[in-house]
Amino acid sequence: MSSARDNILARLRKSDPSGDLPGSDFSVMEEKTWTAEEKIERLIAMMSAVNTELHKTTEAGWPDLVAELLKQREIDSLLIGTNNRLMDRLQGAWHGKGDAPDIRLYDRSYEDERAEVFAAPAALTTTRGGIAETGSLIVWPDAAEPRLLSLAPPVHIALLEADRLHNTFWQAMMAEGWKNGLPTNALLISGPSKTADIEQELTYGVHGPKELIVLIIEG
Amino acid sequence: MRAYPQKPDAVYFFGTCLVDLFYPEAGMAGIELLEREGIKVIFPQGQSCCGQPAFNSGHRDEARAVAAAQVKLFPKDIPVVLPSGSCAGMMRKHYPELFEGHALEAAAVNLSERVFELTEFLVHVAGVKLEDKGEPVRVTWHGSCHSQREMGVRDEPKSLLKQLGNVELVELQRETECCGFGGTFSVKQPEISAAMVTDKAQDIERTEAKKVVSGDCGCLMNITGALEKKNSAVSGQHIAQFILERTR
Amino acid sequence: MSGPSGDTFRERAGLALKDGELRANFRRAMDGLMGKRAAQFADADEWQRLRGLGESIRRRALSKLPDLLEQLEENLTNNGITVHWAETVEDANQIVLGILREKNAKTVVKGKSMVSEEMHLNDFLGRHGIRALEADLGEYIVQMAGETPSHIIMPAIHKNRKQIARLFKDRIDGFTYTEDAKEMTAAARAELRREFYEADAGLSGVNFAVAETGTLCLVENEGNGRMCTTVPPLHIAVTGIDKVVEKLEDVPPLFSLLTRSATGQPVTTYFNMISGPRSATDRDGPEEVHLILLDNGRTRIYADAETRRSLQCIRCGACMNHCPVYTRVGGHAYGGIYPGPIGKILTPQIDGIGQYGDLPSASSLCNACVEVCPVKIPIAQVLVRLRDEAAGHCSRPSVKESGAKKSTVQDMVWSGWKWMHESPGAYKFMSGVLTKTGNLTPAAAPLLKEWTSVRSKPKFAKKTLHQLAKEKGLADE
Repeated sequence: MSSARDNILARLRKSDPSGDLPGSDFSVMEEKTWTAEEKIERLIAMMSAVNTELHKTTEAGWPDLVAELLKQREIDSLLIGTNNRLMDRLQGAWHGKGDAPDIRLYDRSYEDERAEVFAAPAALTTTRGGIAETGSLIVWPDAAEPRLLSLAPPVHIALLEADRLHNTFWQAMMAEGWKNGLPTNALLISGPSKTADIEQELTYGVHGPKELIVLIIEG
Repeated sequence: MRAYPQKPDAVYFFGTCLVDLFYPEAGMAGIELLEREGIKVIFPQGQSCCGQPAFNSGHRDEARAVAAAQVKLFPKDIPVVLPSGSCAGMMRKHYPELFEGHALEAAAVNLSERVFELTEFLVHVAGVKLEDKGEPVRVTWHGSCHSQREMGVRDEPKSLLKQLGNVELVELQRETECCGFGGTFSVKQPEISAAMVTDKAQDIERTEAKKVVSGDCGCLMNITGALEKKNSAVSGQHIAQFILERTR
Repeated sequence: MSGPSGDTFRERAGLALKDGELRANFRRAMDGLMGKRAAQFADADEWQRLRGLGESIRRRALSKLPDLLEQLEENLTNNGITVHWAETVEDANQIVLGILREKNAKTVVKGKSMVSEEMHLNDFLGRHGIRALEADLGEYIVQMAGETPSHIIMPAIHKNRKQIARLFKDRIDGFTYTEDAKEMTAAARAELRREFYEADAGLSGVNFAVAETGTLCLVENEGNGRMCTTVPPLHIAVTGIDKVVEKLEDVPPLFSLLTRSATGQPVTTYFNMISGPRSATDRDGPEEVHLILLDNGRTRIYADAETRRSLQCIRCGACMNHCPVYTRVGGHAYGGIYPGPIGKILTPQIDGIGQYGDLPSASSLCNACVEVCPVKIPIAQVLVRLRDEAAGHCSRPSVKESGAKKSTVQDMVWSGWKWMHESPGAYKFMSGVLTKTGNLTPAAAPLLKEWTSVRSKPKFAKKTLHQLAKEKGLADE
């Protein structure tokens, strides 16, 4: 007895030929380009329009900025992954500062961490890069920075290197050769979570983070 | 963008069945507008209907039989002008598909390439220049769906109206929304069609225009029917007649 | 299913037309969506080129569909995702049940999936003691109301805030009545956060399934999709076999067309690309991921090259947003799962002409949908094809229950019409009769009765154009 798979494929293969098909002209995807400065300004404009908070900062200055942003929100702990560079920078910058936030690590499996992950008031992650056209962050979760860091806590702070900004999604994917190896989960994040399901009125903070703060690191 | 021919010495005129039976004066106005440009108008008496009503109702064979009779009436390689975007669309866009594999396929394809909606022809082929001799009036324009979306005729009618110095053209709020005629749709889904034409009539009245001008008699019959039923002060007229009366 | 009831589209539409609140809700919503989309595609050149690319991508994928499905299965499997095939919704439901039972799953949280609506999955699971909870806010509202979605992108578009507030008051413990959208959203967030945390399984649809890499792509704004596909230990994805794209590079053009056409957004909050369950080094993500590929009539639609065009759809909803009929009657009047123009071509093909053969005629063929379809589906052409099938006059019928609306009366009417119009002599005779006596037909006569309910009777002219042209002496050839 043939399987559903066999039946479906057989029926598809018995069908009319497609005839002449239009070719795929990707030039409309290739053409969109901006200068480095324009890309940053565009990302800021696109993301701000959907309630993202963005700040330009430096490699030296971002840990203090993070502390300041959390203090403004009366948040006293920050969840990060096990990215050593981040851990070192934050611990280094905040060491000895009495009012600095508590650093919590998402360093075990979800099953062991879940209560804490869901209770964390804020999380910080790096990003792989960004996309200027749509105002999007490229986030590839991995062992060091698990998926839920950018999803569960109500505040997500993301570090974006200014020189990792692509023009468009298509160009990013092509330039970086994504088809040669995607992680189990790859994400584009373009703002805090939102909905317009109630009379098409836009409200922020549905199931994902209520706030997305992007720190653009220049130099 | 369609490639338009040079102004010809002669054209065929295909009146369309709605014009023939309900708005013959619009047909005559169209003919006169063409003749005024020095173009001879040939009117094959054997013409009847483009076949669209049957085609849209799932009766393709009947549509083809009637369409075949029309195709044979326009053998000369000259333009065929229609005072209807809807019927022009049928001939231009659907005749090739209707006659695929048929003995008349080549003739039908040839015909489809020579079909023009009246305002499109007046603007792009005849290059008419209009001088308004009429009294000041406020009008609004309703373009049929097929005129706009099958024939790509959107600005031509309005550009003709804008040439008339004493005509104030006010746009409808929902200019591109269907009036609800849709041929047999108006009797197959009468409640929805009625809702659509009611809204269109309201939109027209809100412009405070004295007249609604259209290039399609199906829409005209639908819209003026609704306006008359509610004793509206607004009347309707085919664009050919409107232009002719003001520029005679 | 609530909303307008009635056996035919015409009956349901008639009821909807009388519902002032519904009409106002839809008018407002559609106007907004149309305006937002127009702003996104202000550059006409970019729009035409991008939709041309989108059309080519969808048609290319469909032309290779069996091969791509095999490639998709192979790559998904290599990525650790288990692939299942289902010919019918019954089979698909049984597969889902089997997977859930194996894990002793009692609660499933759901992201938005129109395919799961085709399956009537929630009811099915409910009958088998498994709770399926919608987590997309619009679906959550609709589920709460015991209804089905009335729009494929904005399921609760038919409800205004008062109606939603009343629902929340009735169904959410501790909810203080408010019509403020922010506060209602916050209440839903709190409720559903608990559900994500506790759920045994998450279920999602798929926007694009990439054959080249074995990747499932999900588009969303709220975050519930990510929650459903990340938190529970089990993730089940369901999709139609038509959602496959060939290459990863095909995705960004379609994604751009989708979000801009659907809600006028340049991008959605999240674009979620899943290429496997939790890996050996990941700390979170589901341990098991399954994909169910559903046929449910798609292979039949695929068989004919013309009807195959219906499968290009990327489910953006732009067609219904621009449809003058949909705007006035809303989604429930269509009766099937998919409303609007795409529904008018899919539902009769999936569920048969017998029950839904009237849908293709519920269109004035205005082509507004054709104008905005981001993948250039020739919707009007397929509607006319389905009218041929319904009337039993298709030269190569292929649709389910083709000919089910064949009517001797209709056949006679059109035979008569043909006779009257194909012979110049017959036409001359009949038009002569009509000009003399047509105006005597009473307004209450069949067909005229419907017309004259809101319009005055059409008036036959005294002389036809043929006569006037002859009198003027116009050349005949």
